[in-house]
Amino acid sequence: MVDKIVFFAAAAACLAGAVGVIWSKNPVHSALSLVGTLFGIAIHFVNLGAHFLAAVQVVVYAGAIVVLFLFVIMLLGVDKAEQLEVDPLGGQRPAAAVVAIAGVALLALLAVRGVQVTTGESSKIAALDSGPSNIVLLGRALFTDYVFAFEVTSVLLVIAVVGAVVMARRAPKDEVSAQ
Amino acid sequence: MLLNQFLLLGAVLFCIGVYGVLARKNGVLVLMSIELILNSVNINLVAFGMMGGDAAAITGQVFALFVITVAAAEVGVGLAIVLLIYRNRTTVDLDEVDLMKG
Repeated sequence: MVDKIVFFAAAAACLAGAVGVIWSKNPVHSALSLVGTLFGIAIHFVNLGAHFLAAVQVVVYAGAIVVLFLFVIMLLGVDKAEQLEVDPLGGQRPAAAVVAIAGVALLALLAVRGVQVTTGESSKIAALDSGPSNIVLLGRALFTDYVFAFEVTSVLLVIAVVGAVVMARRAPKDEVSAQ
Repeated sequence: MLLNQFLLLGAVLFCIGVYGVLARKNGVLVLMSIELILNSVNINLVAFGMMGGDAAAITGQVFALFVITVAAAEVGVGLAIVLLIYRNRTTVDLDEVDLMKG
């Protein structure tokens, strides 16, 4: 019962934040709404027993990524309203409405008929038993079964950091004068 | 706790993110919508993992961890690209970045 209440409260926060991200005229408001969504998802992770992931969600997303977004928004000075009324492709809005109605109908069908229609059997979610903690299990899996993927991920992060630095830095003076 | 609610929440978040990617013209907001999409995938991964017992739960969480890492890398590179576009074109309006339009 409690986890249902937690789920619906966090889901409301998630959806309100998500709608705020796409509807806010001001990019700063969008970034702050994104924080709401990410916190809601962290609560969902706690609810599902993924405690380490919840901490990572808050630290990495809300703490680092959103700050990076805000930094770029402030740096570019693009915190002015954008024009949403202009329709670049004619007829896409009626088509989008039709697709949206179909999607909502599908979701409503799933919500009403739920259990049998989606997976064919009753779903259940149980918390992890009181064995080794979530972090122990996660670390063990990460450094045994998934150690190759883990190392590849570190290479990916290095490449991303180097790429971002190379792209974002200004060309040195002598290169500019040589061109 | 039921699984379907989590999957429905993930689906709705995914749809909101796709709408944001398609409808917004600000490059930074498009990247934020991509974050919404990646987060909805994370909800799905963790929820599905919980359905399959302890081992599957850890597998799902490891996958979600990798998705978070890739999202961080994507944001770093994406924002650097936005910064470059702004430096060269003095705009982040994606409709005006049509240099490669045929």
